[in-house]
Amino acid sequence: MTRDIFQPSGRIQFGIFFQGVNSGTIWKAAESGSQTDFESFRHIVQTAERGKFAAFFLGEGLRLREHLGRPHALDVAGRPDAQTMLAALASVTKNIGLVATQNTTYNDPADLAHRLSSLDLISGGRAAWNVVTTDNAWTGANFRRGGYLDHADRYKHAEAFVETAKRIWDSWDTPTGPARRVVHQGQHYTVDVTPRLPRSAQYRPVLFQAGDSPEGRDFAARQADVIFSAHPKFDDAVEFRRDIVSRSVAAGRGANAVQIMPASEFILAATDQEAQEKKAWVRSLQIGPQQAIAYLEQFWGRELSSYDPDGPLPEIDPVVEETSETRGSGFHGAKARQLADQWRAEAKDKGLSIRQFVTSKTARIDATFTGSYTAVADHLAEYARVGAVDGFNISPWLIPTGLDEIVNHLVPELQDRGVYPTEYRGTTLRENLGLETPVRS
Amino acid sequence: MSIAKKAGFLAIELDGAGYANLARAVLDAESAGFHAATFKDTPEAGRANALQRAAFAGPITRTIAVVPEVDTVYTEPFHISTQLASLDYVSGGRAGWIATAAESPEAAAAVGRSFVTGNALAQEAAASIEAGRRLWDSWEDDAVIRDVATGRYLDVDKLHYVDFETPADFSGTPYSVKGPSIIPRPLQGQLPVLAAAKLVGEGQVPVEAVDAVLVSAPTPELLTAEIRDVRARLGGSVAIVAELDVILDARGQSAASRPVASSEAALSDSERARYTGPADGLIELLEVLLAEADGVRLHPAALEVELEELSRLVLPELRRRGSVRPPVLDGTFRDVLGLERPQSRYSTSAAAVAAGKQGPA
Repeated sequence: MTRDIFQPSGRIQFGIFFQGVNSGTIWKAAESGSQTDFESFRHIVQTAERGKFAAFFLGEGLRLREHLGRPHALDVAGRPDAQTMLAALASVTKNIGLVATQNTTYNDPADLAHRLSSLDLISGGRAAWNVVTTDNAWTGANFRRGGYLDHADRYKHAEAFVETAKRIWDSWDTPTGPARRVVHQGQHYTVDVTPRLPRSAQYRPVLFQAGDSPEGRDFAARQADVIFSAHPKFDDAVEFRRDIVSRSVAAGRGANAVQIMPASEFILAATDQEAQEKKAWVRSLQIGPQQAIAYLEQFWGRELSSYDPDGPLPEIDPVVEETSETRGSGFHGAKARQLADQWRAEAKDKGLSIRQFVTSKTARIDATFTGSYTAVADHLAEYARVGAVDGFNISPWLIPTGLDEIVNHLVPELQDRGVYPTEYRGTTLRENLGLETPVRS
Repeated sequence: MSIAKKAGFLAIELDGAGYANLARAVLDAESAGFHAATFKDTPEAGRANALQRAAFAGPITRTIAVVPEVDTVYTEPFHISTQLASLDYVSGGRAGWIATAAESPEAAAAVGRSFVTGNALAQEAAASIEAGRRLWDSWEDDAVIRDVATGRYLDVDKLHYVDFETPADFSGTPYSVKGPSIIPRPLQGQLPVLAAAKLVGEGQVPVEAVDAVLVSAPTPELLTAEIRDVRARLGGSVAIVAELDVILDARGQSAASRPVASSEAALSDSERARYTGPADGLIELLEVLLAEADGVRLHPAALEVELEELSRLVLPELRRRGSVRPPVLDGTFRDVLGLERPQSRYSTSAAAVAAGKQGPA
């Protein structure tokens, strides 16, 4: 069946991921703006829309990151609720998609589905949900439900949640109602609701998903419209595409049913030389001396402030066997002692100081496109030609001006090469991504 | 309470605009001179989330406060607190919260919780408000320091665990909220919290927990008496907002003869006092009510129709008579209610107290 054979679209699109936490966002530069003022969000979303970006993403972290038992002080932190901010941005934009990262563990399906429907209707069919699952009691301490999930159960739980949400969005028999009642009795929650809102201009919110484990990929292949992937490097991206195509065909969906947009960072200038110089500057501001030490402290579980950031890695051993979840799910459960040995050897081998080593670990090495506007555009055109990805989800390292040069210089180069939209195809996110309208179940 | 008795404020319920005509309705209400727009959030077909409608209205307006209803019984206090703080940011400090306590078996079934009724409703509201307020204070105003020399973006001494726990006599399942918030302190410090007067008082939501109460009575005559009773019961620390349904003569038709369907849609389950008639009479009634209450919230029968008449005939005359205040460009909702910007309950900085500082830039 031709439906089972992947057809490259020959184009790429961009999304913007406003991070709001972690070291990727530079706060020490003169141009660094507020992380919470509405004007920062307005500037960046309107710049993205000028550049015909498909989507604007907001992340979510339901507990403030901690470091050695206290809130982490060194990186940007403190961000607005995703859907509230996106509803506000809907009033100052027309075409761009609005993607809210929302957790299946700390929300109720009926309530979350209703709020996403609301965002979808308020924005005229531009809403999307980036489905995430965390499940730790540490985050649960902020919630009356607590954190109650077995790690092994999380995709089962998430999938039941997503399917319930889809039934809620599917429940209106006609565009004006009446609704079919949705009942779900599961291990983790019980839902009995008569949904209140009709379908939107794009039928229902678009679903994004970022899980990378085999279970996560299968979950995405069954449920998601777009994967927010961790595989931006060319060969890796091609391989990831192949894998997702085979999984989505196996799940009974078309080869093109699931789109892929890897996380990425762009450091651009008029010439390659200038871009490399800029990269050194960006990295120095992303990982300062204190951040380098703090990064190691997360794994060592002890204070290391007496160590010189420009010297070798600490010779003392970590005091914890496993690193804590407080820094974020990516760090949870790493074997600390083993890791420390490995890192010391690696740093020694490559002759790296603490700061250089941490920069090499934390910088988005694989996810960074560095070069002149024309060189990067040529490179991206190759992704479009073979269909390695459907687009890139860009994390700007400056707020709110971090998209300016991408929109002013890179986008026109890509448009000249015929691989990037010159206009929005429609008013809904589904139309602009080129996704099919769901078939009502 | 420091509201000048002479000139009050007017709020309007914008639920009738739905989500499709939201921008037009809120801009019309702002142009008319209303001080606040409220957004109902009971579970009825066709109604989008109220907080999101308020958020949509925030960036396109500059004077009108945006005040959604948000339930406290079947929601997560941590989410609500974050969402309301975010609403304050997107509206430039013009957000408020009408805290409701849904007595609804349907709402309980939707989230798989036990149906809550009776006095337990006020307990749920009180707990959510307290947890939410602590979270709003959990970042001191100057917690974001951006100190390049020490490499610190935050001063962690100015972030606080709130460690909220439900009280011993809490009827529902006990819970706790750790904190701190995931968003800095709202621009207003604390958003004004409003609740129905019948939910507030001894053994219910403590009067100190709210900034204003919504007062209803079956008729305009009884409403005046009820305002006085509530004032006597709750004291002077809380602002009083009188609730009034409005059906006006409009577009060549008398209010009494207006098609029933449109008015019933908005006001069907109302237990509020109702005014039906020409604009003149409404002006007189509002003068009487504003002499007793700090503000009045109007519930129009058909938003578009009533808003046109209110804008053209009623608000200009009330302003001319000095019964309502002129709206203030870029003012906060706390300003409307005559409230100072409070210091954080966790404040460690005496300087911040004295200066009454602005929120983090």
